[in-house]
Amino acid sequence: MNDRIEKRIELKAPVSRVWRALTDHREFGEWFRVKLEGPFVPSQVSRGHITYPGYEHLRWEAVVQAMEPERLFSFTWHPYAVDPKVDYSSEPSTLVEFRLEPTATGTLLILTESGFDMIPAHRRLEAFHRNDGGWTEQMKNIETHVAHNP
Amino acid sequence: MARLSTGKPHSISQLTAGTKLTRQAVTKHLRVLERVGIVHGVHRGRESVFRFTPEPIDELKHYLDFVSSQWDQALARLKSFVED
Repeated sequence: MNDRIEKRIELKAPVSRVWRALTDHREFGEWFRVKLEGPFVPSQVSRGHITYPGYEHLRWEAVVQAMEPERLFSFTWHPYAVDPKVDYSSEPSTLVEFRLEPTATGTLLILTESGFDMIPAHRRLEAFHRNDGGWTEQMKNIETHVAHNP
Repeated sequence: MARLSTGKPHSISQLTAGTKLTRQAVTKHLRVLERVGIVHGVHRGRESVFRFTPEPIDELKHYLDFVSSQWDQALARLKSFVED
């Protein structure tokens, strides 16, 4: 059973540039679309809120794991921790890892997210079947966007 | 799992035949799969019959596909961000 996601992307930028975009909390926030309260520090919680249009009410929280300069940046978080009434801290989290490798043209970035098998089924279903009309609408938009912009 | 994945219901005897597994081991395994919802057991005469019901696995795949497409978008934004 496949329980992880892996993405590989070639970036035409030096490893140090990509490293900064990942680990500087303000730069991370710009492309990820989240406003973070402070810098990433290993084993510390990073908090903020999503700035992606339509999702601005969502809190963002992650625990930084590894920061091996220009090689590995990782954090654990709770995907779709979208219910303000729920304390997600007792639930299993997934591990997001960004690995960087220098290439002739710039940087190979390898993203993996693992640990999905531990996420309870009802939490996964929540990501799809929320009654909040905004989610459903956004998800349709996302699906369309991805289909037209492979 | 391979025998069950043909979609046809199988009894424990049928699932155990030709393997080194005991009825006890197969039954225990089937109960776990039943709890997770991947297998559905029905009493048929003297034996229970088990059928593969893959919906929960497909739900996980569906969820992963969704998270995966979210990451595609985020990484596209990262690419634009560092390359410009």
